[in-house]
Amino acid sequence: MTAIFLGVWSGVFIDALSLGMNNQRTENFLSTSIGHIQIHNPKYLEDNKISFTISNSNELLDFGKNIDGFHISNRTKIGGMVSSANGASAGNVVGIIPENEKEVSSIYESMVYGNYFEEYKKNGIVIGRKLAEKLKVKVNSKIILTFQDPNNEIIASAFRIQGIYKTANSRFDEMNVFVQQQDLARIMNTEILIHESGIWLDNKENVDQVTENLKANFPKLEVRSWKIIAPDLSYTDEIMMQMLYIIMLIILAALAFGIINTMLMAILERRRELGMLMAVGMNKTKLFSMVVIETIFLSLISGPLGLFVAYLSVEYFKVNGMDFSSVAAGLEDVGYSTIVYFDMDPEFYFGTLVMVVTTAILSSIYPAYKALQLNPVESIRGI
Amino acid sequence: MSIIKTNNLERFYTEGGLTVKALNGVTLNIEEGEFTAIVGPSGSGKTTLLNVIGGLDSPTNGTVEIAGTEITNMKDNMLIDFRLKNIGFVFQAYNLIPVLSALENTEFIMLLQKEPKAKREERAKQLLKEVGLESQINKKPNEMSGGQQQRVAVARALASKPKFVLADEPTANLDSKSTADLLDIMHELNQKEKTTFIFSTHDQRVIDRATRVITLEDGKIISDETKK
Repeated sequence: MTAIFLGVWSGVFIDALSLGMNNQRTENFLSTSIGHIQIHNPKYLEDNKISFTISNSNELLDFGKNIDGFHISNRTKIGGMVSSANGASAGNVVGIIPENEKEVSSIYESMVYGNYFEEYKKNGIVIGRKLAEKLKVKVNSKIILTFQDPNNEIIASAFRIQGIYKTANSRFDEMNVFVQQQDLARIMNTEILIHESGIWLDNKENVDQVTENLKANFPKLEVRSWKIIAPDLSYTDEIMMQMLYIIMLIILAALAFGIINTMLMAILERRRELGMLMAVGMNKTKLFSMVVIETIFLSLISGPLGLFVAYLSVEYFKVNGMDFSSVAAGLEDVGYSTIVYFDMDPEFYFGTLVMVVTTAILSSIYPAYKALQLNPVESIRGI
Repeated sequence: MSIIKTNNLERFYTEGGLTVKALNGVTLNIEEGEFTAIVGPSGSGKTTLLNVIGGLDSPTNGTVEIAGTEITNMKDNMLIDFRLKNIGFVFQAYNLIPVLSALENTEFIMLLQKEPKAKREERAKQLLKEVGLESQINKKPNEMSGGQQQRVAVARALASKPKFVLADEPTANLDSKSTADLLDIMHELNQKEKTTFIFSTHDQRVIDRATRVITLEDGKIISDETKK
């Protein structure tokens, strides 16, 4: 009984942890770097030249006004170098309008030092903590951004760190710095250049529909949903439930051996009683049913109990999270949060219950068959 | 009326390449109401004879007839059902179900016979009263002495109203007082209710109380004595 209880509990627990980690990783990537939909000039995707802009970005803003739950942020995005007195690093310089960016990205919620453009400061910059550590800089430190302008001239400009953010994706933190669009335009002496439109939908389920709609309305632009931008995330998402059932199946297979072993031991211990029952007139059908029913009964007590305790554990960690900060560096390098909030589809509990009962029924057959093979004469005498 | 008839029973085992003749041509008749002891040294074939008569073991050759029905070639499930309806068993090690009370153990066979609860309970209480355990009906086997457990086993054997009771060394694990008490009970049941008892035993006290003593040696009947 304890084995079944622990098996079910641990199976659901591991599955909820895996699902929580995966969902958080997906959400982290979406909310910090990818968004739900991105739009580019097709040429920009082939060659990140500063001149490959979205010329009709205002039309995108107008388009979004007609769709509920549609948020858009037009970005200037330039590859460049970020350097301080202590070092340099390659990265993306992202020019944003902070109010718009807040609608599509959660970076403003990830500030660890300073602030996210709370007030306008000329040449203010927000960088990731990983980059700040690499360049050995802090809030109010000056750093130099170097990049090419549309005329292919190298521009270097000093920026003062206004805030430092930290997401669950340390590689993203190292690679992306945020500045205000108007500062970039002023430094390059151009109008505001838009290279990327990031879109966030309140309802993630509408991504495919909105993507198709955008493609139809803006045929000259490259409209891509997050599933196309990050197929690995999408694929992991799709196969996650199957993976969870496979994990559960493996645990249940181990459980089946446990049940069979326990019931065989029980039959061995009770062979005198079973021999007596056969001798006095318990027929084979009843004897078989007795062992099967006992196994199912044990499973039906311990299985749902295991599920219930698993449900409580999952609900607790859903709210409070499980702290993995001791392995933080490793997790953050691949986009996982150090505090994992569990997640579980309610249907999975029902699926698990069905699997436990099925396992119990199947596992009971062999011990019941072995009970039928007992010789009553030998069993009564304890041979 | 003859209740058990065996004809030229043989039961051979092979052990370590050697053939052991546990029963070697046993022919006997047991009449209704007999109080019979089957005696003989260890290995003489007493338990094997009881097992074959009880349908727990099959003879190599020969036939067993119980109340006119030949059981030798019966199929497993038919034989199990036949045992349930016709034969009561008392085992040396009592073989009660440890998690059931004396009353429940006694009722159990009637449960297999699908008797209604009220009827089961009434008969089980009556039988436990007859074996002197009316005050112990709710006790589990581990709360009773060996003698008391064996008395529950006798009550259980009689619960199904069998044609006869087979008892394999029923007193082997009992002290003298328990043995005497048990024999008194079984003798009384035999006298009052004409229940047929067949024992295998080494115990002289049982032999002394038996009305017929069949002696086996090397699987053969060497004497068959009916007391007057």
